[in-house]
Amino acid sequence: MHELSIASCIVDLAREEAESRGVHVLAVHLRLGPLAGVVREALVGSYEMAAAGTPLAQSRLVIEDAPIVVFCAPCNARRTVLSPQSLRCPECGTPAPQVLEGAELEVTALEIDP
Amino acid sequence: MTAQPRLLEIRQNVLKRNDLVARELREQFRRAGVYAVSLVSSPGSGKTMFLERTLAELRPSLRVAALVGDLATENDARRLARSGAPVRQIVTGTVCHLEADMVMKALADWDLANLDLLFVENVGNLVCPTSYDLGENARVVLMSVTEGEDKPLKYPGIFHAADLAVITKMDLADAVGFDLEAAAANIAAVNPPLAVLPLSAKTGQGMSPWLERLRTRVPEKTCPNQERA
Repeated sequence: MHELSIASCIVDLAREEAESRGVHVLAVHLRLGPLAGVVREALVGSYEMAAAGTPLAQSRLVIEDAPIVVFCAPCNARRTVLSPQSLRCPECGTPAPQVLEGAELEVTALEIDP
Repeated sequence: MTAQPRLLEIRQNVLKRNDLVARELREQFRRAGVYAVSLVSSPGSGKTMFLERTLAELRPSLRVAALVGDLATENDARRLARSGAPVRQIVTGTVCHLEADMVMKALADWDLANLDLLFVENVGNLVCPTSYDLGENARVVLMSVTEGEDKPLKYPGIFHAADLAVITKMDLADAVGFDLEAAAANIAAVNPPLAVLPLSAKTGQGMSPWLERLRTRVPEKTCPNQERA
């Protein structure tokens, strides 16, 4: 269960950003890839705990699921893979050693008071 | 009517602090000419036994050392210290994985230039260590034959983030009906180019390719004064 420490990192990051810009955060937008090793449900639960007692206490965590994108050499194209259990091109079936996206764990935006 | 909230784009990696420390560690390893290898697996997969044997086999010819992460005890460090190699325990308390700054602190008073190879044994856990870069040159994921062939499918993240997969306790393969081909296929499904080494630290079977691999990756030591800027 490392989601609490990840959640704390998210809160710290958003808080620093908000303080330096003098804004109030309503929600934190996170982009999460299936290969990041983070359990979504656990992260959502942990976020509330991590935010408690901070200026982000009432804020929400909005998670956007990032797809796994691979490069398929035979097709010479970027392809979205449906499952991390099968990293192969969904069109031609070739195993895809080159993963372009899918391990994201990044704060993309802050929703702030107008 | 209330105004719509505004969206402020920031795009920042959540673990950027860890990544920065990891980058610094990697640079320290490079400057000192140390090859750093981290080991991850679930609890009980035989990491410590594997490392024990590895240290003992390499020690006559290479200067090896190990950092060992554990939630609460120092038992692993005591076991590994029998090999004669410098070993230090990182007791993580409630933290289920190692982070780069723990490694940095544990190495603070070690002279890396006196080492060729450094092992970092993570806390037994196949989920949490996935996204924490420790500055290592290679990450090795271990699974034992007793855990079943589908482990890679259950934990694709860590197998995906690994540079080498080691299958341990091969001496028990027949007893538990372990299907090596199926396991290798599952590993290939989550990480197609990942090399797989089946071995037994107990009997020594299959250890040679692993040890050879390490020996060839240790950088040639250059005189520190002649290091190019």
